[in-house]
Amino acid sequence: MNHLGFKLDKVKVGSFDFTCCEGCQLQLANKESTLPEFLGLIDIRNFREISSERHDDYDIALVEGSITRSDEIERLKAIRAQAKVLVAFGTCACFGGVNSLKNRIPQEEAIREVYDGKKIETMPSMKISDIVEVDLSIPGCPVSKDEVERIMVGIVTRSAVSLPKYPVCVECKQKLNTCLFDLGEICLGPITRAGCDAVCPTGKTACLGCRGPAEDINFPSFEELVLDRKLSISDMKEKLGFYNGFGDYLDHES
Amino acid sequence: MIYKVISKPEFKAFIDAIVRVNNAYGPCQVEIDAKGKPIYQFKPVKSADEISFDYTVTHSSAKHFFLPFRDELSSFTFTDGNWEQEVRYDAPPTILIGLRPCDINAINILDDVMLHGPYPSPYYLARRKNTFIIGMDHLPLPDCFCKSMNRHTVNHGFNLFCSDIGDRYYLSINSANAFSFLKEFKIEEPSYEDNCNLIERRKSIKNSFETNVEVTGLPVFLDIEFDSPIWQKWGDKCLSCGSCAMVCPTCYCYSVEEKFDIDLKGSSRQNHLYSCNLVDFAQVAGGHNFRPRNGDRLKYRYYHHYRGFAANDNQQICVGCNRCGRACLANINPKDVINDLRLERESCTTCVSTSPEKT
Repeated sequence: MNHLGFKLDKVKVGSFDFTCCEGCQLQLANKESTLPEFLGLIDIRNFREISSERHDDYDIALVEGSITRSDEIERLKAIRAQAKVLVAFGTCACFGGVNSLKNRIPQEEAIREVYDGKKIETMPSMKISDIVEVDLSIPGCPVSKDEVERIMVGIVTRSAVSLPKYPVCVECKQKLNTCLFDLGEICLGPITRAGCDAVCPTGKTACLGCRGPAEDINFPSFEELVLDRKLSISDMKEKLGFYNGFGDYLDHES
Repeated sequence: MIYKVISKPEFKAFIDAIVRVNNAYGPCQVEIDAKGKPIYQFKPVKSADEISFDYTVTHSSAKHFFLPFRDELSSFTFTDGNWEQEVRYDAPPTILIGLRPCDINAINILDDVMLHGPYPSPYYLARRKNTFIIGMDHLPLPDCFCKSMNRHTVNHGFNLFCSDIGDRYYLSINSANAFSFLKEFKIEEPSYEDNCNLIERRKSIKNSFETNVEVTGLPVFLDIEFDSPIWQKWGDKCLSCGSCAMVCPTCYCYSVEEKFDIDLKGSSRQNHLYSCNLVDFAQVAGGHNFRPRNGDRLKYRYYHHYRGFAANDNQQICVGCNRCGRACLANINPKDVINDLRLERESCTTCVSTSPEKT
């Protein structure tokens, strides 16, 4: 590849899944209109959803899913040792994700409920930065392919990559949506990192914070808002806990 | 200006005729809020029936028709060892229906900023020139304070302005186009009674304001109050979500992004509207943030609006529509912030001394 007179190499990418639905990885194979160009940027060395070839010479590891078993820890450490850049890919990898709902109850109870008491190894869901150092996070349930493309182009062209620091409200207002608080609902838009183009509130579904907290959020003011609108604090906590992205604020709370 | 009157059914027929064949936007009811009140926005319309002529106010302003939230400034094509830039000022002819005097005044303020400065914006100019504005007056909502800002009436910046005088509209026709469109419809010379009704309507609007914000001498006041603790007090409430700036008819601050095409064969330079309340608005290369505290960021928004910046001839750019106050989830609104600021200083008696003697 030649770009503005500079010779660029394709980046060698491996994509790995841990405890998750693999929906974020599937996004990589989505958005057909630009798929050929996207694949032109990267050299896929390891990605079980689209190729049976497996190579271990990747530079960038996209790691999807949370960690819930001891063997996953070993596998993740091996990926870390190989990858030059390790990306927490998707909400589960970044925050523990929806899997973390089981952290609220004793693990035996979760096993009994889901596996009918079958002997199975599982532990509380962890985000991958609990185990290894993470170089870059791309949150989202699922990740936004637009954002993944932008970041991948940034990596390939050695440009700065970043996520929006402001909350979802900016994008929601730009869509001329009616604020869900005005419709009597709790929406995490005011404290959640933008970049999703406010896709949920645009579909009249409250933001559940899959992209985690925006930069330097004003949590006390958000709580005040919920109280001021006479909405339920326990509903708020339920939403904050859904993807586990707001753990710091919930812990602080109790 | 030419003055005419038109019956309401005939006016509707006129609007219907022009929206059917044009790219038109008008106030539409989009929702009923939790308190049972209708919410309006400027939406694309294809017939007069879709328009809520008796709407109150739109939640978002008409700003984005002139300053889109995202706008491509130019695109680049890379060729071997070289590149080409393409700049387009595409602005399809657009009709905006139902703008309030404050909305039109806001566009006039944007004209000053975007067209009358040292670097006029061709993007803005193209849209402004290709937009046909039909204004309509209304009785103020309890929280409207455009009269305080002297923006409750408007004399220019529109093609046609309609005052509701009961069973008919009193038309102020301000462009040749508007006049030639209207010639096809039944319009009449205003009668003595129509003129009286217009004056009455204006009086009634003027006397209906319930919210007053004292803005006289405010620029100097703001200069003196730069270090006031009031800013952090309100800043502590601020969610830094930028909603105020997005719905505001005059907030024009933006950021510019360069975006590579995915095939690396081209790129695009995009302008997107930003807000000085957003956490990284004043962050610079290297990571330093000149305004890391929300109180400082909130203060700058108020300074821009009520003190004015050199870029807009130090004029106050707020028109008093209170859209920011309605959109703010943290209950921050100009009336309360400015009153708080004034109260703090004007009720202070600790440092009062007599003026120095003339020598």
